[in-house]
Amino acid sequence: MAKISSSDLKIMRRLVSGIVGMTILLTGCASPSQENSSRLDLIKKRNELICGVSGKIPGFSFLESDGSYQGLDIDICKAFAAAIIGDSTKVQYRPLTAAERFTAIKTGDIDLLSRNTTFTLSRDSLGGNGLTFGPVVFHDGQGLMVKKDSGINSLEELANKSICVGSGTTTEQNINDAFESASLPYTPIKYQDLNQVVAGYLQGRCSAMTSDRSQLAAARSGFKNRKDHIILKDVLSKEPLAPASDGQDQKLGDAMRWVVFALISAEEQGITKSNIDKKVQLANRNPQLKPLRRFLGIDGGLGEKLGLSNDFVVKVIKTTGNYGEIYNRHLGQESEVPIPRGLNELYNKGGVHISPPFN
Amino acid sequence: MKKSQKIFVQFGICFFVISLVGLLINNLTINLTRTGLGFNFNWLFKPASFALAEHPLPYSSSDNYAWALFIGWLNSLKVIVSSLMLATVLGTLIGFARTGKNALLSLLSAGYITIIRQTPLLLQLMFWYFIGFLGFKDNTFIHIKNIIKISNQGIELSGLTLSSEFSALLFGLGIFTSAYIAEVIRGGILSVPKGQWEAFRSLGLSEKKGLLSIIIPQALPAILPGLTSQYLNLAKNSTLAIAVGYSDIYAINDTIINQTGRAIECFLILLTSFLLLNLLICNCMEIINKTILNSRKYN
Repeated sequence: MAKISSSDLKIMRRLVSGIVGMTILLTGCASPSQENSSRLDLIKKRNELICGVSGKIPGFSFLESDGSYQGLDIDICKAFAAAIIGDSTKVQYRPLTAAERFTAIKTGDIDLLSRNTTFTLSRDSLGGNGLTFGPVVFHDGQGLMVKKDSGINSLEELANKSICVGSGTTTEQNINDAFESASLPYTPIKYQDLNQVVAGYLQGRCSAMTSDRSQLAAARSGFKNRKDHIILKDVLSKEPLAPASDGQDQKLGDAMRWVVFALISAEEQGITKSNIDKKVQLANRNPQLKPLRRFLGIDGGLGEKLGLSNDFVVKVIKTTGNYGEIYNRHLGQESEVPIPRGLNELYNKGGVHISPPFN
Repeated sequence: MKKSQKIFVQFGICFFVISLVGLLINNLTINLTRTGLGFNFNWLFKPASFALAEHPLPYSSSDNYAWALFIGWLNSLKVIVSSLMLATVLGTLIGFARTGKNALLSLLSAGYITIIRQTPLLLQLMFWYFIGFLGFKDNTFIHIKNIIKISNQGIELSGLTLSSEFSALLFGLGIFTSAYIAEVIRGGILSVPKGQWEAFRSLGLSEKKGLLSIIIPQALPAILPGLTSQYLNLAKNSTLAIAVGYSDIYAINDTIINQTGRAIECFLILLTSFLLLNLLICNCMEIINKTILNSRKYN
């Protein structure tokens, strides 16, 4: 090895100090939450919530012709704004691509991410993307869509039929696992992208097409006769979609978590947008209704513990209604993108949505 | 330039090419090691866990990747050989029609060649598939007793079933290549000196007999090399199968890359299998070529 001369050493030293300086600078900008003040306070001070969304998925977040955003993910943003600021109109939506979304949180471009993001270990962990996830707001999963007049109602009835599937994705593997474990023979017709899958299915090449259920519903919302197609109840994979925030900001993460739980808990207790005022009156008049009084912020001071106002639940429900109301508005049977509730029902109705107690 | 200079220049070029290739290989190896990949073909013998719509030999998703790739290769071979035959028959007929004396036929075939040659193959494949076959909807388009049945599920020809993906690819590739083959045939026929035509006519031979026994044998040496390169093109174009959902080797490779992440190994396999396939075609044509040339010497 060659000897290192003193000039080389000087350059190296400069390089090292430069790198260290740059790192300090970069990390300084990257995590503003490392100071003691939480983004929650920043949002209140700014009087505006910046919410990262997709903007391209009907039913979840979609830019309507009047320029407003609509969808389940959007209502989650509105609920946060109502809880934190007290006004659901004080939201700035940032449409993000899948690649941009995590960087946007880490650099502080957005406060919260509500963009059909699958909750996974590596995204949640510090060693991974370093986010923190709120409760799952939509349990997506791979599904199957068939024509209504085909009379097919379950996976079993698709035995020996052709199924249109996008190639080269986990979708292909999931469909095979599902049919194989049920020992049903089938014929996969594989296309490279979703548009071809849709074309193949609509042209009648296959009896069914498969993709994530939310994508199936979104694709269907563009069909001419969307009422003629149904999404089967069978779910072939797990894709839990949840809102996320910076993992180093516990205060904001906690607030986010309990706003979603409030939506779920309200549905369980039958508290809706229309009866919330009556429920508040009822709770005020009856001191023995302890759990309801705590939930609505009359007793217990739960909101304060989160850095929110004690009546944040009331504000949220007045804005968006409970989880079931949000779901029905955007994904219910009467909506543009109907998806059967399935796993997204409450735990006591056969689904998996459950809220820990407001104690 | 002096001879020594020439040698020096050639040596320099060789050195440059070799070091460039070496650099690329070195770069690849370093990056593969760095990302912990490295060449490894063990995955070939793990279960593929995907199903295939068409398989000439028995296949199930618990078979290994190597078998899946082989099935893909057979699927490719199947579509290449059958569209090659279709293209040759169609191309020859149209080539003759184009050079023949019948003005209407000549005009029609010129139109056919123009349209087919001047639109992209991918577009034609999509046309045959999505508008051609799938356009038949659920009701059968043609149904003649038990002989032939064409629907959006494909073609049923007295017991033999061809899927709509295979049929679309067969027609797409066959018809596209036939236009080129027709031009190769025309070029071959035109290369025969005019005197030969006048000679057989003056001998009192009919047009048909003269064409078959005087003109064609002389045109063949000019036709065969062009034909070979059209066949090779057809084989390579067959990878567009992925656009119409046919499980050829390229489509299967695509899935395997996504499942295993072994892109480099997969592409090496793909390259090798296409090389094998095209060498097969090339050598067959070479044998045919030699046989014909030899038979001419004998005459």
